[in-house]
Amino acid sequence: MPDEPTPISAEQVQHLANLARIALTPAEIEHLAVELGSIVDNVRKVTEVATPDVPATSHPIPLSNVFRPDEVGDVLTNEEALSGAPDAADGRFRVAAILGEEQ
Amino acid sequence: MGADKLLSFEEAIEKYEPVLGFEVHVELSTKTKMFSGAPNEFGGAPNTHVAPVDLGLPGSLPVVNEQAVRYAISLGLALGCSIAESSRFARKNYFYPDLAKNYQISQYDEPIAFEGEVEVELDDGTLVRVPIERAHMEEDAGKLTHVGGATGRIHGAEYSLVDYNRAGVPLVEIVTKPIFGAEDRAPELARAYVATIRDIVRSLGVSEARMERGNLRCDANISLRPRGQEKLGTRTETKNVNSLRSVERAIRYEIQRQAAILDAGGTIIQETRHWHEDTGTTSPGRPKSDADDYRYFPEPDLLPVMPSKELIAELRAALPESPAAFRRRLQAEYGFTDSEFRDIINANLLVEMEQTVAAGAAPAQARKWWLGEILRIANARGVEAGTLITPLHVSELIALVESGQLTDRLGRQVLEGVVAGEGSPDEVVKARGLAVVSDDTALLAAIDEALASQPDVLDKIRDGKVQAAGAVIGAVMKAMRGQADAARVRELVLERAQA
Repeated sequence: MPDEPTPISAEQVQHLANLARIALTPAEIEHLAVELGSIVDNVRKVTEVATPDVPATSHPIPLSNVFRPDEVGDVLTNEEALSGAPDAADGRFRVAAILGEEQ
Repeated sequence: MGADKLLSFEEAIEKYEPVLGFEVHVELSTKTKMFSGAPNEFGGAPNTHVAPVDLGLPGSLPVVNEQAVRYAISLGLALGCSIAESSRFARKNYFYPDLAKNYQISQYDEPIAFEGEVEVELDDGTLVRVPIERAHMEEDAGKLTHVGGATGRIHGAEYSLVDYNRAGVPLVEIVTKPIFGAEDRAPELARAYVATIRDIVRSLGVSEARMERGNLRCDANISLRPRGQEKLGTRTETKNVNSLRSVERAIRYEIQRQAAILDAGGTIIQETRHWHEDTGTTSPGRPKSDADDYRYFPEPDLLPVMPSKELIAELRAALPESPAAFRRRLQAEYGFTDSEFRDIINANLLVEMEQTVAAGAAPAQARKWWLGEILRIANARGVEAGTLITPLHVSELIALVESGQLTDRLGRQVLEGVVAGEGSPDEVVKARGLAVVSDDTALLAAIDEALASQPDVLDKIRDGKVQAAGAVIGAVMKAMRGQADAARVRELVLERAQA
């Protein structure tokens, strides 16, 4: 196990911040680089403990197959749907010009 | 746009080996959405088929639609896939307002179905096995309208309007492994593969699979590598290819475009490309993101899906015959030759044929109408023949012609009416007053009138010049505005001559 913390670069932090749409100051980036490095190290330690016979856990509750029957339920009215929107037009949500595109 | 340098297709294939890959999205025809009880219906006034879950409102929680899971398993089985003992959902994080949550619920490391194979038949009957990597469940995104731009597309838009009616509609995304060896038939294979997936989902009844409505959407990946090179080339992913013909054309175009770049010593940029139906070209979209950038992680709001062996066995037992078996059976039942049958397959009209015959039409008649007049109209309009008229209406039309109530010519007019949305064949016949004049008295009156102006015709017929009857038949048909059975008119004229 390495004693040195995993180095996370300022560029990596900036990239993550861009993906998450978070504006960070240079001081915050520096601070987060150290913190993220230590988080990565902690995850690595857990990975070393978990042997292949331990199934990955994505949920703490031992439940599966919780389903809903395919039956139509309540919907919102158009007014209700748009009631929380900062801007709307023609019954639709109005958003700023899109620079990206669908994924 | 459209200024791309292209290599001829033949030269491109001579120098480079195309490697294909497809991601086909299938909208499931459940009554409700994947994670909410909002109706899964095409159209509707904007933002009226939405529940709090579909808008990502705080406090709302998704619950999996059981029918969607059953459909996904059935589809996985029909693709020859293994079904996961344990499957889970994952969040795909990205910022784009087509989903309100800033993530899409999808599957990542534990898809519901994986490792399958689909048999695809090319136009000449050659069978190609396409390896399937996975089929996973996810939710569809909302619909954006870009306003203010000169083209109505993304670039230059001033703002965008979002309708979330489609957000949360259940999807299965079918991903192939790289497909090698298609060579100069790569464009044809692309079309045939998408047609096969369409036929499979239709036969299962899990989707309406109407490409023009976006029920079935194909992203076509293609890369080229120089002959003899092991390493795969850089691929592009062409989106927005929404008809079978477009899939074929887009692949062909990308092969020619990429080959020209490689030929000039350039490099291919890994990116999405937009297909433009009108110009038959692609244009650059966004650089392809790394999967890592989506920061997938297990969806904490949903529990694993663990289909029981019993459920899988039940769904497997309920699978309909595969489209390939369906084709073999129908050909035997109809007694068509290979080439007669292949015309139907190539026109993608097999399902329509089957339903038309099931509704009572003779196979030969069904084939004649679908491949004749209906296909002609479809081609003229650039749409799929199956969208013009229902098999039930075609069988009704055939019955009217077969019973002598309509001539072929009148039948074509009735078809026009049905295609124009004037109703069923019966309704069009009534509304347009198109029934054949089968009343001999009316026909004889018209014949006598025609004979009065051409008195020598009967003598010519008596002299053995039977073709002279043609002039009278023509005059009668004209007088009847085409609504007479020419064969009957001919019989009556000949009887007059013998009288």
